Amino acid sequence: MIKYLNTPLTEEDIMGLKAGDIVRLSGSIIIARDAAHKRLVESLSSGGEEPFPIKGEIIFYAGPAPTPPGEVIGPIGPTTSGRMDPYTPFLLDRGMKGMIGKGKRSPEVLESIRKNRAVYFGATGGTAVLLSRSVVSVEMVAYEDLGPESVRRLRVREMPLVVLADPHGGDIYVSGPEEALRLIRAECSESTPEKEF
Amino acid sequence: MHERYEVGASEITELVRDLALKANMLLPDGLKRMIGDAYNKEKMSIAKEAFSDILKNAELAAEKNMPICQDCGLAVVFIEIGQRISVCDGSIEDAVNEGIRRAYTEGYLRKSVVKDPLFRRENSGDNTPAVIHWKITTGKDIKITVSPKGMGSENMSRIYMLKPADGAEGVIKSVVEAVRTAGPNPCPPIVLGIGIGGNFETVALASKLALLKPEGIRHRIPEYAEMENEILKRVNELGIGPGGYGGMTTVLDVHIETLPTHIAGMPVAVNICCHALRHAEGKIEGRPIDD
Repeated sequence: MIKYLNTPLTEEDIMGLKAGDIVRLSGSIIIARDAAHKRLVESLSSGGEEPFPIKGEIIFYAGPAPTPPGEVIGPIGPTTSGRMDPYTPFLLDRGMKGMIGKGKRSPEVLESIRKNRAVYFGATGGTAVLLSRSVVSVEMVAYEDLGPESVRRLRVREMPLVVLADPHGGDIYVSGPEEALRLIRAECSESTPEKEF
Repeated sequence: MHERYEVGASEITELVRDLALKANMLLPDGLKRMIGDAYNKEKMSIAKEAFSDILKNAELAAEKNMPICQDCGLAVVFIEIGQRISVCDGSIEDAVNEGIRRAYTEGYLRKSVVKDPLFRRENSGDNTPAVIHWKITTGKDIKITVSPKGMGSENMSRIYMLKPADGAEGVIKSVVEAVRTAGPNPCPPIVLGIGIGGNFETVALASKLALLKPEGIRHRIPEYAEMENEILKRVNELGIGPGGYGGMTTVLDVHIETLPTHIAGMPVAVNICCHALRHAEGKIEGRPIDD
């Protein structure tokens, strides 16, 4: 079953999500990755102003390829989220509600997702052209000098995502392979049946 | 008198440009077939959806002339040049970099190269310099392979300086460990290039060359072919699956490349590549020079 969600996500939306859910997300999201996180958190930590309201926001860890003529955006896919881990609890504590990326998060981030009732979505790595099809518009928000790493606001329609970590402590990187192992073992015992005596 | 041959630097630039564009936009057919097989075999619905999205993505990229992945990688270029060839109108290295520059600029490919790795990290703006590997041959042509490699999977690659006594089992365990540790990060399903032998620097290059071997073809030496099959089986039993969501296929293909080594050592390199194993090959025939 596919869950259709619209931003801003409500408390009810988020609490209703489970790791492994297939989602289509519509609405507004922010893209920001390595250098933007570093600059954002350093600036906020020293009392700087938020370049966009962080409360309720969803950040997609992505740096798209350049936009070809006639397109809304170039191919856009997730980068490895773990590199943003040092900055993430800080942003979640300031009200960020969701992230889109790929890969495992640190125990601190998973705990912060639980504590702050947030959600970690995944986009499948290597599907950047497909993902770009769901982007309706793009607007520069901050740090334009960072090029592919600049902070932009995207409006998206039914972006294909999955829930990687939910606010109940669910983590697909634990539960998914466990489920797969059960299936693989079942398959092995089917193909090499033990002899009955 | 040995005949000599020449090739123009601008021909090299043009070929590198074309190959870089092609590699970034077209997923090799053999790989598409393997992903299709994995889709058919898959039992978990979320993994099936991931395989299907990956295939849809490859079709869209080809149709729209867009790169398969937003990470258009470091441009890795292999040059095999005949020793009787001279490049007539400029530096061959500059010609290669000019080809990369044109492809990444004209093709709207992402430029991901920073000039300094630690302090400044300023983008070079055109994805140069390329990572160039040279090989001198006895031929009278230049063979060029362009293989853009994203950093997601490069970051999860590993070198192990094993002992000879570790044997085949030691190699297999190291590979399984590398894949387990990598988990979802290198964008599975992945392909493994494994270098065995040589020394610290050559084993890494051997592992990269192993990635470029034809899809699904096993090593010509039976013991290594058997090892490739065993690795394939053991890493797929990890259940990591596409995207790391859990699934029946984690690794699509495995290739081993070996090198002579020292009596006291057995280096092993595991170069992990995401399912977008991009590469394109071409060659330029040298023109005989009259002298």
